[in-house]
Amino acid sequence: MLHIEDLWVDVQGKEVLKGINIDIGKGETHCLFGKNGSGKTTLLMTIMGFDGYNVKHGKIIFKGEDITYMPLNERAKLGLGLSFQRPPTLRGVKLRDMLNLCSTTRGAGVELALQYGFANFLDREVNHGFSGGEIKKSELLQLMAQNPDLTLLDEPESGVDIENLNVIGDMIRKLLEKDKHRNRTKSGLIITHTGFILNYVTADKGHVMLNGKLCCQGNPIDIFEGIQKHGYEECAKCQF
Amino acid sequence: MPVLDNQPEKNMEEELLKRFKNASEVEGAKDVSELDQEEIKRLKQTGIDLEAAKRIGTFIQTNCSVASCHCEIKGVEMLPVTEALKKYDGLKEYWWKILDPDKDAFTKEAEKNLDNGYFIRAHPGEKVVYPLQTCLYIRNDNVAQKVHNIVVAEEGSELHIITGCTTHPHMTSGLHIGVSEFYVKKGAKLVYTMVHNWAEDVYVRPRTAIVVEEGGTFLSNYISLKGVKSVQTFPTCTLKGKNAIARFNSVIVAPEGSDIDTGSRIILEAPETRAEIISRTISYGGRVMARGHLIGKAENIKAHLECQGLMLTERGIIHAVPELEAHVADVDMSHEAAVGRIAKEEIEYLMARGLDEEEATSTIVRGFLNVKIDGLPKELDHELQKAVEECRKGM
Repeated sequence: MLHIEDLWVDVQGKEVLKGINIDIGKGETHCLFGKNGSGKTTLLMTIMGFDGYNVKHGKIIFKGEDITYMPLNERAKLGLGLSFQRPPTLRGVKLRDMLNLCSTTRGAGVELALQYGFANFLDREVNHGFSGGEIKKSELLQLMAQNPDLTLLDEPESGVDIENLNVIGDMIRKLLEKDKHRNRTKSGLIITHTGFILNYVTADKGHVMLNGKLCCQGNPIDIFEGIQKHGYEECAKCQF
Repeated sequence: MPVLDNQPEKNMEEELLKRFKNASEVEGAKDVSELDQEEIKRLKQTGIDLEAAKRIGTFIQTNCSVASCHCEIKGVEMLPVTEALKKYDGLKEYWWKILDPDKDAFTKEAEKNLDNGYFIRAHPGEKVVYPLQTCLYIRNDNVAQKVHNIVVAEEGSELHIITGCTTHPHMTSGLHIGVSEFYVKKGAKLVYTMVHNWAEDVYVRPRTAIVVEEGGTFLSNYISLKGVKSVQTFPTCTLKGKNAIARFNSVIVAPEGSDIDTGSRIILEAPETRAEIISRTISYGGRVMARGHLIGKAENIKAHLECQGLMLTERGIIHAVPELEAHVADVDMSHEAAVGRIAKEEIEYLMARGLDEEEATSTIVRGFLNVKIDGLPKELDHELQKAVEECRKGM
């Protein structure tokens, strides 16, 4: 599904990613751990293709196609989707309109909003006055409407209260076809700080990012426990 | 009562008045049946629907001629203003009472060479949900149309008016002078929505004053999405009675070559009055002055001003001038103004959902223009959105 080879990325003239290699197979979910500022978000933003993330070297292959320099919206059309951690407010644009714009199947987004108890938000302006949890729900609804093959999630649990974690977890499981045990086609790459999300979504692999490099990969639960016990630096030294 | 500030073009007044012919010299349509399909479409784009299923009355003036004037509701009177002047002995209570004919060359001209205009009065207690529509239509090139409108919402009444001002689809030049005096009496409500749909060499000089009595509400919506040579208007609303409310919403787009100087002033003379001015302006290369002036003269008043401007090209000017003026201590007055280009992160947010840059930009622009207009009945809000949508089509 996704193959990244020796990826070096600059942001505002500063080298942030330093030779990333990663492979995410069809139906796989990977987790990305790491300190603030280690480059996790930069990796997601670069995969999605945002302006300002300058690839200096290396390539990104998605579904067999080299997307390293492909425009953002074409990557979205090809099947990449990203949930924003702090999305902008779109004044005057209703969530209903946004969901309709995202929907690859007509009306799918609005239907999902009804299903997940988000009907009251349909006529509100996108993200305007939304709480942290509401933003997450709105982002995931948009993604579900978009129905991407590879979902990039940046700290999906941050700002969500315990009660809503269940719903968020459920939505992510749907996005990643976690109810399918065979022939799963949807893949995911999830940044998590707290690891809470691992209680709701099973992941196949975990990676630790330190100073712009992926320095460890393996069973996500083991890695997470290692980080909890010994901290990121120590965890990075350990070889699974 | 003040009408204009910082008038940029004193010298142009005489020149403009000389340049255009009197509307009375060029006969307009005497009946709507004389209008062709293209013209009807043009009116529709200006918010005027001749099929009028949801309009309770229609007034159409083309050049100086009244092509239509009828109202289905007994409690609402609608007359060409020249007839009303005869019928009501010169409309002494209302005629040039809150505007001074000597204010400038345009008011003088309207007083001296009046073509017509409308008189609308809602009788006491008459509440009308569906709007009346009025249309001031310049049908020939190089015509100066001068109208004087009087609207009276008597005690406890409620009235909605949609006014569309436009020109013939194939003409480019003209001058429109529109004097309007609105009287909102005790506990009455007047919602006035004006859609401007002019042409590239048209000069527009509305001169408007409004007085709102105790417990009355005046809501104004102004929409101008098409090119125009020059608009210069500064309606002044005085809240004379306790608990009176005024709100001005405007949505203005200035394409290249347009010079639009608009704004409004609200004088809060009585205690516990409330006022709000909200403007959204877009420059595609034209110049917009977005003025707003709130004057608090009584205690316990609340007034807010909001100017938002979007620059969509490197050329063009948006000049926001928000002014707050307090004359007593116990007032709550505020303003916010912001001008700039569309935030890149908003465009990228939409692009990440699969929209291309152009689609993303137009979605944001549509949202920006989608000013929430409170106080409109659902039906009217729908009609207004339709009118805005029609206008946007040619943008």
